[in-house]
Amino acid sequence: MKLLVCISQTPDTTSKVSFNADGSEFNAAGVQFIMNPYDEWYALVRACELRETLGGTVVALNVGPAANETTIRKALAIGADEAVRIDSDPKSAGFVAKQIAEYAKNEAFDIIFFGKETIDHNGSEVGAMVAEYLDLPYVSYASKLDLNGSVATLERDIEGGVETLEVDLPFVVSAAKGMAEQRIPNMRGIMTARTKPLKEVPAVAYEDQAKAVQFTLPPAKAGVKLVQPDQMDELVRLLHEEAKVI
Amino acid sequence: MVLVFAESPRGQFKKSAFEAVTYGRKVADAMGTSCAALVLGNAANAGQLGQYGAVKVFQVTDTAFDAFDSQTYASAIAEVAGKNGAKVLVLSHSSTGKSLAGRLAVRLNAGLVSGVNSLPSAQGNSLKVKKSVFSGKAIAEFEISSDVKVISLMGNAVKPESLGAAVSAETITVGAAKGRIRVKSVKTQEGTVPLPEAEIVVSAGRGMKGPENWGMVEELATSLGATTACSRPVADAHWRPHHEHVGQTGIAIRPNLYIAIGISGAIQHLAGVNNSKVIVVINKDPEAPFFKAADYGVVGDLFEVVPQLNAAIKKFKAG
Ligand SMILES: Cc1cc2nc3c(=O)[nH]c(=O)nc-3n(C[C@H](O)[C@H](O)[C@H](O)COP(=O)(O)OP(=O)(O)OC[C@H]3O[C@@H](n4cnc5c(N)ncnc54)[C@H](O)[C@@H]3O)c2cc1C
Repeated sequence: MKLLVCISQTPDTTSKVSFNADGSEFNAAGVQFIMNPYDEWYALVRACELRETLGGTVVALNVGPAANETTIRKALAIGADEAVRIDSDPKSAGFVAKQIAEYAKNEAFDIIFFGKETIDHNGSEVGAMVAEYLDLPYVSYASKLDLNGSVATLERDIEGGVETLEVDLPFVVSAAKGMAEQRIPNMRGIMTARTKPLKEVPAVAYEDQAKAVQFTLPPAKAGVKLVQPDQMDELVRLLHEEAKVI
Repeated sequence: MVLVFAESPRGQFKKSAFEAVTYGRKVADAMGTSCAALVLGNAANAGQLGQYGAVKVFQVTDTAFDAFDSQTYASAIAEVAGKNGAKVLVLSHSSTGKSLAGRLAVRLNAGLVSGVNSLPSAQGNSLKVKKSVFSGKAIAEFEISSDVKVISLMGNAVKPESLGAAVSAETITVGAAKGRIRVKSVKTQEGTVPLPEAEIVVSAGRGMKGPENWGMVEELATSLGATTACSRPVADAHWRPHHEHVGQTGIAIRPNLYIAIGISGAIQHLAGVNNSKVIVVINKDPEAPFFKAADYGVVGDLFEVVPQLNAAIKKFKAG
């Protein structure tokens, strides 16, 4: 079993978001960076579980600069066997997908895992792009993944419900809540992570076709209007006449 | 031309399809071109998309599209886009659209922006378009510079506008593509609007004390024609089904009205709901962080407030 888990590094959920003076770039000063939660909790952990029962190798891959190595080592501490960093400073989802596809095309992975989306650009774009480059089936927002020989059974979140499907290896999947439970790396994991292989691969040329050029903060809320608990007719009136939502 | 892929899961158009066509028509107007819609599968009355501004509706009535497979769908959409020289392809940012958008961007050698919430502006051959990023904490404007462009539209970002007349759908065929996904079953909540499409959402948290108390939440939702949602601990404890869980780990929604009952308003919860147009918070703790994100607030015991709110809504609806 050869499994690839693509991990992204994102600002921590609780971090305050700000941008440089002209709004062209995210201001990373003082921001704590983490492994994108869905990549870590669901994709990586499920890949490690499959490897633990079926044998094989879990490769964690990040497209990013050397500064991301702390995050990559965390993936190794959680259980990936080896890691690859494609050296670059990506500016678009298209760039990231191209790099992953170029790396994966000759590696014959059985499953390529993504998280359902990143918590910075909330795009959910890269997995489908990689699936297309590699001409593989793609299952997005999977909340369950079981393997029986070379056939996988998955459950996938759809609007207001769930779809159950089967697909043969190899395929690409994006992982959502339910696929696995978060694992906290233990001391042994952290120690062995230091000596696990982390390979650096050069990026291939790619011209961005869509990228963020301007960031702004949403307009501040006017502030809450409090309504007394025994004045529900008044709340309804406000929702109808002022907010015009009912 | 602007081509809109109008989703019709299990033969039914959803509101998101009408939103996408309305959006596509507006993009086409701004670019001085026309808007066409593509329907895959056997949905009846595909011609109604004309009312939302599609001058042409293409329909592939092949049973191969009865079940969703991103490979067969992307192949068909790309073929129709190519044959008709589509410059902009519009999708819904739904479970289906998210599986397709990246595929189509690669296939059409197009730049992609997913989950947009406003109309693009044209600048030469480029389009600029905005979306919410950092889980609602910021807005980013993206520039798409490729010749062909793919945009997926966030639910509830534009209002469907039915202005014109229906057209008659033109049945077309596309080359066969191999599907490799075998859909075994689809389970959806019948009779309610799925959360991502709901205009009004009534959501409740741990303040409810236990699943046995949800009757009043459901009654309020029924009175308002709303869909119910919940916070993460509530879903984790199986008080409510998993698909109701909103927030960072659940789903992100942007209804017109979000009523939060007994939810503290942790940042991970807000990440999924802070794009709601109007937020009402009912919480007994005046210091609950949710009040900072709210438009209207009621500081009080939910067990008293919710039934009273329900009575007031019923009176309003009746009157
Ligand atoms: C990485 C991460 C991801 C997360 N993702 C999500 C997510 O996707 N969605 C999510 O919701 N949470 C998420 N959480 C959890 C989040 O941090 C909060 O713990 C959670 O949202 C709290 O749920 P709650 O508001 O229902 O419960 P509580 O925080 O326990 O709040 C209950 C509220 O009810 C009020 N209350 C109690 N009794 C009454 C009463 N009788 N009348 C009126 N008010 C009352 C209380 O004052 C309190 O404010 C995540 C956390 C982490 C660390």
